Amino acid sequence: MANMSTHTQGLPPGDASRRDFLLYATTAVGVAGTAMALWPFINSMNPSADTLAMSTTEVDLSSVAEGQAITVTWRGKPVFIRHRTAAEIEEAKAVNIGDLRDPEADDKRVKKPQWLIVVGVCTHLGCIPLGQKAGDPRGEFGGWFCPCHGSQYDTSGRIRKGPAPLNLPVPAYTFLTDTTVRIG
Amino acid sequence: MSGSQFNNKVIQWFDDRLPIFSMLQHSAVEYPTPRNLNYWWNFGSLAGLMLVIMILSGIFLAMAYTPNEALAFNSVERIMRDVNYGWLLRYMHMNGASFFFVCVYIHIFRGLYYGSYKAPREVLWWLGLVIYLTMMGTAFMGYCLPWGQLSFWGTTVITNLFSAIPVVGDAITTWLWGGFSVANPTLNRFFALHYLLPFVIFALVFLHVVALHTTKSNNPLGIDVKGPQDTIPFHPYYTIKDLFGIGVLLMVYLGVVFFLPNFFVEPTNYIPANPMVTPPHIVPEWYFLPFYAILRSVPDKLGGVIAMFGAIVIFFFLPWIDRSKVRSAKFRPIYKQLFWIFALVCVVLGYIGSQPPEGSMVPLGRVFSVAYFAFFPLLWLISKVEKPKPLPQSIAAPVLKGASVGHAAQPMEKA
Ligand code: HEM
Ligand code: FES
Repeated sequence: MANMSTHTQGLPPGDASRRDFLLYATTAVGVAGTAMALWPFINSMNPSADTLAMSTTEVDLSSVAEGQAITVTWRGKPVFIRHRTAAEIEEAKAVNIGDLRDPEADDKRVKKPQWLIVVGVCTHLGCIPLGQKAGDPRGEFGGWFCPCHGSQYDTSGRIRKGPAPLNLPVPAYTFLTDTTVRIG
Repeated sequence: MSGSQFNNKVIQWFDDRLPIFSMLQHSAVEYPTPRNLNYWWNFGSLAGLMLVIMILSGIFLAMAYTPNEALAFNSVERIMRDVNYGWLLRYMHMNGASFFFVCVYIHIFRGLYYGSYKAPREVLWWLGLVIYLTMMGTAFMGYCLPWGQLSFWGTTVITNLFSAIPVVGDAITTWLWGGFSVANPTLNRFFALHYLLPFVIFALVFLHVVALHTTKSNNPLGIDVKGPQDTIPFHPYYTIKDLFGIGVLLMVYLGVVFFLPNFFVEPTNYIPANPMVTPPHIVPEWYFLPFYAILRSVPDKLGGVIAMFGAIVIFFFLPWIDRSKVRSAKFRPIYKQLFWIFALVCVVLGYIGSQPPEGSMVPLGRVFSVAYFAFFPLLWLISKVEKPKPLPQSIAAPVLKGASVGHAAQPMEKA
């Protein structure tokens, strides 16, 4: 900025670049400021504090016989709890992990092998798969069948066929006693 | 824009200060319109009428509707049973959405057939597509409001489309829902946006018309207007023709409203939303079916979503995909056939989308999805090799050939 004192004589080169600098700086500050002002509006649409407050659900499993399943609600979503039979556990363990779309071993997905606990929301587009009730279709792999676009899950809740990309997620849970579990 | 002269002193006084009367005079009275427009040119103004009907019926519905997950379903039933003429407002709104889409689809296919997307009307075409996309958003959010089983599960499936986006997908769906599933916050914001978007559409329609009146209307021959002998003033010739079209549309539309009000409705949506049970067969409203069929045909989540959005976005590039200088399919023997095949493919895709994704529907869906997308590269290819038929000299020429010769050179007498 050697020629700062010459700004009255037309527009020497240094002055032009100073004006450019001021223009760009003003624009940048304006854009950044607007973006920051937008954030509260955008963020107001994210889950609110009361929605976020981690809810937990306690379930008594003593009445669920082997081969049966129950559905409980957790954070507004269904959670499938299935009392698996020995054959179902065997089937889940026998699968070659390398063949799976979302490779996960069965013992990584359960705390007690007879109790499979997964979030009952299809990882494709969010429908609730069938397979909880006695007469429901369970697909080719004995787990769940999603009626929306035909995804099929196995007895470990893993995706085996259809458009869904991932296994049914396992929520955080702890066994309080042998037959009560707290989800969340 | 030069101001018009009005005989009425009050109008003149006002117009000198705010030239709305001049604007009306230029764009709805004098607007020089090609003399050969056929009835396919009615559907723009018909779509405009449907927009007005949607906004009017919607505002009055909103006075009795409650956007709350515990109350929404019952508030709609109350509109149907207890609110004076509530059944009429709701049936007009519900079926109005279908007729709005009928008009817009015909309007779009008219543009495809007669090459209205080509220079100099590219921006006009884009604005139309943006209006169409905004309409889809509006209708999708409106369908959520009655909070029936399909409202809930349709919203769940469509909002989950965004979860296919890598990395940020889940954050975006959570943000859209305002929670961890479709629930009260979702219903609330959908109502707010469903109220807003129609007015955005209104503004877009205004721009669409400004673009139209800048480039002027295309016509069934697809050739440029050569002079005043090729045009007639909008009023009274096309105002009366549009009015006739409005009469026919209202007859069919109100016929459905009064005699078949649930024709387009899936009965499942009269069951209140249950977040714990997905209905056995989910179908979107008919106007989304072809895209739904494409979504389901791709056996990969992200791929399906890309194909579905791509099926619409590709239309933005049509002015460059089609390399032919001739607009109207009338003079393009190969394009004409391609057009009708494409229209048929869209209808078949719609049917496939309405069926459960089982048996022969799965391979059929794939074949027809490929056929849908094949239209664009084929058009790109044939538009260079196709030999167009000879174009007429002017719009007036073929009309006036049979009449007294020599008159053709004369400018048309104006009413
Ligand atoms: C572009 C124009 C519009 C379209 C395409 C549209 C579409 C729809 C659709 C498809 C429904 C569901 C109908 C049903 O199954 O019950 C709906 C409902 C509703 N719309 Fe609109 N709408 C439009 C404009 C408006 C406007 C301007 C308002 C004013 C606030 C409005 C207010 C409502 C209300 C309150 C409902 C719920 C009542 C009901 O379900 O009938 N709509 N809309
Ligand atoms: S939502 Fe389950 S297969 Fe699409």
